[in-house]
Amino acid sequence: MPEPLHPAHVHLAVALDGAGWHPAAWREPDARPADLLTAGYWVDLVQEAERGLLDLVTLEDGLSLQSDDPWTPDERTDRVRGRLDAVQVAARVAPVTRGIGLVPTAVVTHTEPFHLSKALATLDYVSTGRAGVRVKVSSNPAEYRHVGRREAPVLDRGDLQAQQVRDLFDEAADWVEVVRRLWDSWEDDAEIRDAATGRFVDRERLHRVDFAGRWFSVKGPSITPRPPQGQPLVTALAHATVPYELVARSADVGFVTPRDAADAAGIVGEIRAAQQAAGRAGETVHVFGDLVVVLDDDPAAAAARLRRLDDVAGAEYRSDARVFTGSAAQLADLLTEWAAAGLTGFRLRPATLPHDLVQVTGRLVPELQRRGLFRTAYEAGSLRGLLGLPRPANRYATARNDAAGAA
Amino acid sequence: MPKQVHLAVHFPGVNNTTVWSDPEAGSQIEFSSFAHVARTAERGLFDFFFLAEGLRLREHKGQIHDLDVVGRPDTFTVLAALAAVTDRLGLTGTINSTFNEPYEVARQFASLDHLSAGRAAWNVVTSWDAFTGENFRRGGFLAQDQRYERARTFLQTVMELADSWRGDEIVADKETGVFLRDPQAGRFAHTDAHFDVAGRFDVPRSPQGRPVVFQAGDSDEGREFAASSADAIFTRHGTREAGQAFYADVKGRLARYGRERDSLLVLPAATFVLGDTDAEAAELAHHVRLQQTSGATALQWLEQLWNRDLSAYDPDGPLPEIDPVVGEPTVAQGRASARMFTDPVATANEWRALAEAKKLSIRELVIEVTGRQNFVGSAATIAATIDDFVQAGASDGFILVPHIVPGGLDRFVDEVVPLLQERGVHRTEYEGETLRDHLGLPPLRTAP
Repeated sequence: MPEPLHPAHVHLAVALDGAGWHPAAWREPDARPADLLTAGYWVDLVQEAERGLLDLVTLEDGLSLQSDDPWTPDERTDRVRGRLDAVQVAARVAPVTRGIGLVPTAVVTHTEPFHLSKALATLDYVSTGRAGVRVKVSSNPAEYRHVGRREAPVLDRGDLQAQQVRDLFDEAADWVEVVRRLWDSWEDDAEIRDAATGRFVDRERLHRVDFAGRWFSVKGPSITPRPPQGQPLVTALAHATVPYELVARSADVGFVTPRDAADAAGIVGEIRAAQQAAGRAGETVHVFGDLVVVLDDDPAAAAARLRRLDDVAGAEYRSDARVFTGSAAQLADLLTEWAAAGLTGFRLRPATLPHDLVQVTGRLVPELQRRGLFRTAYEAGSLRGLLGLPRPANRYATARNDAAGAA
Repeated sequence: MPKQVHLAVHFPGVNNTTVWSDPEAGSQIEFSSFAHVARTAERGLFDFFFLAEGLRLREHKGQIHDLDVVGRPDTFTVLAALAAVTDRLGLTGTINSTFNEPYEVARQFASLDHLSAGRAAWNVVTSWDAFTGENFRRGGFLAQDQRYERARTFLQTVMELADSWRGDEIVADKETGVFLRDPQAGRFAHTDAHFDVAGRFDVPRSPQGRPVVFQAGDSDEGREFAASSADAIFTRHGTREAGQAFYADVKGRLARYGRERDSLLVLPAATFVLGDTDAEAAELAHHVRLQQTSGATALQWLEQLWNRDLSAYDPDGPLPEIDPVVGEPTVAQGRASARMFTDPVATANEWRALAEAKKLSIRELVIEVTGRQNFVGSAATIAATIDDFVQAGASDGFILVPHIVPGGLDRFVDEVVPLLQERGVHRTEYEGETLRDHLGLPPLRTAP
C-alpha cells in the first residue's frame, strides 16, 4: 500500500444531495431551494468543497423522485422533489474546478454498463483525472416501472441475505467488471497516428471484453479511449454483509455507516476478510465512515438547530448514518477515534447546505490541519492520486506483453 | 430582410473527412479540443454544436477499422461539460433510440437542458444491427421494418415524460413549507407495442420544455418522421440542385401534419476549404482530398462497394475488373455507408467507365467520386455561395464540418462570418437565450 501523507492522515468526502440531508434543510435561511436545478447551485457547492481541499464530492441520484419511504414513492409536497442526472452535474462542474474528485451515483440495475463506462471515462477526460462513480442497486419497484425493462424482485425487507438481494449485488459486481474491462479495452498507447502506414490506432492494442454473464453480455471494445486515471474510482455504500462483499470484490472505496468506533472496527474487519477472500488482500480498498453532520461553533447551537429543523420537518430526523451534532473540534475528535478503528476516511453528509458544508471547509478542515491529519494543498493531479491509489495496470496490455515475453 | 442563414458546427468525427495526419491536427478526445471548437462556434454566433455518435467501433473485413480517427467521448458528458465553457451555443447530441430506454434519455435531455439553461437538442437516430447490439443488454433484436416505429414511439414517450411537468409545480416557499404545488407532479403512463412504462418522472420541466429534435436520415420514412416530429433535419444534400429538391420535398410534407413551413429547418452538413483566393483554395482542397484519401483508404472505400477483399490491387493502378459481391454480410460494419449502394454492380460499371474516360487510378477515382468539399474558395466566394444556397431554397443554413481538430473552424469564423453579417444574413449578437430562440422556432405551448 502506498504511504499516506501522515500515518493518521484522513481522507474527507462530502455527499451532496438537494438542499442538504435533513428534510427541512430547504427551509433554512441560507438555502436556495429554487436553484436546485441550476448549474450555478452545484458549481458553488463543489467549489466550496474544493476550497476545503476535500478528496471528493459524491452526488446522489436515482431513477425516481425522492421519497421519504425508500420502497415506494410518496406524495409529499413539503420536501425537495426533483433532481438532475448526477453524471451530467459532475461534468458541468468539472471544467470550473481543478483539484477535487467528482463521484456521481449510477443506478447499475437499470443502466447499460457500456453507456456508463464511456460516460465515466469522459467525465475523467473533462475533469482531467478526477472521475469516480458510486454504484447503487435499485430495489424500488417504481424504478422498474419507469424503465419498463423487467419486473421488480419481490424482496423481504428484513432479510438482507436473501437470494434476490444477492442477485442485485452480483449484477452490480458484473456491471463493475464490465465497466472496468471496457476502460482497459484500449491500451494507453493504442492511438499511434502512424502516417507512414496510415493507421490511426494499433488495433492489436484494442481489445474485445467478451463478457457474458447472467444479466448481460458485452462485446467491446469501448468507443472511448482509456481515460486519464486508467480506471476512474469505483465506490459503493454498504450497510450489510452482501454489500460489504461488493465493496471487497469490486470497489476502491466503500462508504459504511458505523454507530461507534467499535462498530467501525467490526465493519472494517468484515470488509478486510471479504477482500482477502476475493483475492484482493494486496490492493488498497478505502473504507470511509458516513456521518450526517450538524455543525456550529457552539455545540449547543448545533443541537438547537437540529431540534428546530426537526420541528419544521414534523419528525425527528433518522438516518442510516450516525447523526453528529456539535462543533468542528468535537467532530475532529470523533473522526480521530474512528480512524483509529481502521477507517481511512469519512464521507460527511451536510444536514443543510451551504451551512454545514462551510462548517466542514472553514472549521473542520483547519482543525484537522492543525492536528496534522489533513492535507494543506492538493498533492496529486488525479483522484486516485489523492487517495494513494496506483494507476491500474491494463489487464489486456499485461496479458499481451506476457504472451509476447513467453513467445 | 433577406432570409437568415443558420450556422452550426459538427465536431469532426470518425470518418475520413477528419484529417488526423496534418501537423495542425490535435486530440480527438481531450476536452480542450471540444472546448476550442465550441468556443469558436460561439464566437461566430452559431446556433449550435453538433456531436455524432456510433456505439461500436467500425470494422472492416472483421477487424477494427484503423485508417480513420477511432474513438470518441460520451455525448451527454461532453455536452454537459461544454455548457460550462459556453453561454449561448446550442448543444446537440446524437442519441440512439434502440440501445436506450425513454425514461433515462428523457432525464438526460432534461438535465442537459437545465444545466445549459435551455440549449439542449437531440438528434434522434435508430440502429437495428446485431453488430452494435452486442454491446448492450438488449442485443440487436430490432427488425429493420420496426426501427422507425420504435424511434417514433420512443420519441413520443420521451416527450410525454418531458411534458409530465407543466413547469409551475415547484413553489419552494420557505415560509409556508410548500415545495411542490402538485402531489402528482410528473405523473405519466405510456403503453404501446414497444414500451410499457408508468410512474412519476423525476426531472421537473426544463427551460425549453422539450429538447429541440433533429432527425438525420434520407429515406422516405426518415423524411416523413422529420415532417411529423422534428424541429430540424440534418441532411447530406450538399449541392444546390439536390438541396432544392430535398428542401421542397421535406417542406411539402409538413402540411399533412398541420405544421408551418418554417417549423422545420433543413440543415445539410457542409465541408469547406478556405483560401486567400479561389485558386489557392482549389489547390488546398485537392491537397486535403489527398490527405483524406490515402491509398489504403481508397482501397477500403472501394471494398465497401465491391464488398470483397481487394487488397491485392494497387491503389495507384486501374479499377478491378471483377464484379462486386451483392448482399449480406457486408465487409464494413458499424457505419452508415455499408448499405448505401443500392445497385453495386451498376455503380461499379459507372466508376469503371469514369476511370477509363478520365484515366484515373483507384485512388484518383475515389477522390473523384467521394467527399468533394461543398464550399471551396475565398471567404467572399464562400459567403456569397452560402447566402445564395439559402436564398435559393436549397437549405436554411449549414452544419459545417471542419476537417481539422481543433482549429478547423477558426478561419471560417474570422473571415466568412463577418461577410455574412455584412450581407445582413447572420446575426451580430445572440438575440435569444435558448436554442429554440436561435433557430427561430415557435415557442412551445406549456404542457396541458
